[in-house]
Amino acid sequence: MLEIRNLHASVEGHEILKGVDLTVNAGELHSIMGPNGSGKSTLAQVLAGRDTYEVTQGEVLYEGRNLLEMAPDERARAGVFMAFQYPVEIPGVNTAYFLRAALNAIRKHRGLEELDAADFLDWVKDKMKLVDMDERLLNRSINEGFSGGEKKRGEILQMAVLEPKLAIMDETDSGLDIDALKIVAKGVNTLRSADRAIIVITHYQRILDYIVPDFVHVLVDGRIVRSGGKELAIELEEKGYAGMEQKNAATESIAS
Amino acid sequence: MLQVAQKTDDYLSRFAQVEARLAGDGAAFLLPIRKKAIERFAELGFPTTRDEDWRFTNVGPIARTAFGAATRDGEAVEAQQLATSALLQADWPRLVFVNGHVAPQLSSVGKLPGGVRLESLAAVAHADPEALQQHLARHADYQDHPFTALNTAFMEDGAYVHIPKGVYLEQPIHLVFVSTADAGPVVSHPRNLIVAETGSQATIIETYLGLGDGVYFTNAVTEIIVGENAVIDHYKVGREAQQAYHVGTTQIHQDRSSNASSHAVTIGGALVRNDINTVLDGEGAQCTLNGLYLVSGRQHVDNHLRVEHAKPHCDSREFFKGVLDGHGKAVFTGRIIVRKDAQKTDAKQTNMNLLLSDHAQVDTKPQLEIFANDVKCTHGATIGQIDENAMFYLRSRGLSEPASRGLLVYAFASEAIDRIQPQLLRAQLRQTLFDWLPEGHRLQDAR
Repeated sequence: MLEIRNLHASVEGHEILKGVDLTVNAGELHSIMGPNGSGKSTLAQVLAGRDTYEVTQGEVLYEGRNLLEMAPDERARAGVFMAFQYPVEIPGVNTAYFLRAALNAIRKHRGLEELDAADFLDWVKDKMKLVDMDERLLNRSINEGFSGGEKKRGEILQMAVLEPKLAIMDETDSGLDIDALKIVAKGVNTLRSADRAIIVITHYQRILDYIVPDFVHVLVDGRIVRSGGKELAIELEEKGYAGMEQKNAATESIAS
Repeated sequence: MLQVAQKTDDYLSRFAQVEARLAGDGAAFLLPIRKKAIERFAELGFPTTRDEDWRFTNVGPIARTAFGAATRDGEAVEAQQLATSALLQADWPRLVFVNGHVAPQLSSVGKLPGGVRLESLAAVAHADPEALQQHLARHADYQDHPFTALNTAFMEDGAYVHIPKGVYLEQPIHLVFVSTADAGPVVSHPRNLIVAETGSQATIIETYLGLGDGVYFTNAVTEIIVGENAVIDHYKVGREAQQAYHVGTTQIHQDRSSNASSHAVTIGGALVRNDINTVLDGEGAQCTLNGLYLVSGRQHVDNHLRVEHAKPHCDSREFFKGVLDGHGKAVFTGRIIVRKDAQKTDAKQTNMNLLLSDHAQVDTKPQLEIFANDVKCTHGATIGQIDENAMFYLRSRGLSEPASRGLLVYAFASEAIDRIQPQLLRAQLRQTLFDWLPEGHRLQDAR
């Protein structure tokens, strides 16, 4: 579904991603872990189409298409979804309207009938139960005055409503208390399916107590330095990122 | 400058021509006022950008154009055309004016409760001039405002609204000023007098509408007298034609414990200047001045507010929002004067602007003159662009670039529209906003 090859990306002349390779297939859940400044969020933003990052080398194929040539909204309609690390507050834009407009843009793209307000409400109410959200939030402006936990659950709700093929969670677990973390994890687990790929980007191992990944990758200084199964997360917990970097030098010399 | 002086002379010589006719028209008390006004206009001339109050608005195009007097051509306007473009409501008592003159066939006053009067000012001046004498031309300042002076000298028709003591008018009164200018540049000077007696309540909507593509100039003045404990909600909707000039003054005088609001929504016109002035002249009076301007192409829209706190314990709120596209220009001036006796004044002013183009321009200026020592005055002005983070967020969910932009502009402007009370008017203006926005038709159910 997703193939990242030798991806280099910079912001304002600083290279942040220095050659990322990653292949993600439908049905898989990948976790990308890394310390602050390793390029985790940059990777997520580049995949979602943020134009503040400049891709200087490499390519990204999504379902065989050149993802980097697609506009952010085109990517979304084609099934790419990123849960924001910092969801944006948009005063004056009603959440229900926004969600329905987004869903209908995607449904139209998929050749499905657009939902009217009543049908949409039925649709979204089911999804809200999944993330324990109060229906009243639908009538508020997008993320405005939401607590940190509400914002993150809102991202999961959006993911549940939009039913992406590829979901990228950018530190959705950061800053959550244990109850909110469990709700987010439950949402992600419910959405796991054979035709959907999920990438969980995280700083902390804690969420992997609730979401069991198929693959774990360690991103340090703009490169994936280790890849493995879920046991890698446990090793990381014990040794820390510093231990990984040494291995990095070793794998690189073997690779070259 | 010579050219401008000539145009001033045009008005003076025309006044000499019409003076005799106006003199014989019932309201004898008006003649000396007209004369004083035209003399004052002769002294002031058209304002230039050297005048502080006109620093950002060049009225040269108005001063240089030779406008003819507007004809009484009401027949040319069809009710159907008006119904769709002026958004008439069957339930609302209305007076329609075409090129400054009342058009009875388009008007529909119906039966008004409690002795409310809604009549053509010209008719009242002719038949019952005493009704006008107490207030007409006593509030709108023609000493320092050249356009008000012109209006005062040349005023012929407009609306006279009188709401007797304690009467509550449920339906809004709709005053519609239509201009048709296909036959060449014409000027009209609509003049309205609205008097709300003690404890009365009413909503007044003024719509200025241009039909056709011609050049014309509307020079309007509305005086609103809000009696003790009375409540007046006033709306001025500017839908002038693309090449039209509009200069208008809304002059509000408030008595003790009265509550007045005035909303100025400007969509059309090549050059628009709205002067909105309130004098809070009784303890405990409150006023709210709201506005929205949607400016595109090469339009120029200037809102000039002046709130005078003359007595203690009065509140004023100003909330103006503007969206500018293309080479549009907007000016906002918010002058708040707090007189020495006006202790416990609470005044708040907000002006927010959203620029959609690199060529659009806004000049926004608060002016506070405070002579009392126990007051609360705050003001804030912002000029911003579309928030790129918000754009990316919306687009990352599948909304196209124009749809996302439209939604954000809608969200910005709708805050001003939400403040409009009459539900029908609010819905109409929301529709107007959709029509104005890129891909706005897709936003129709964004509430």
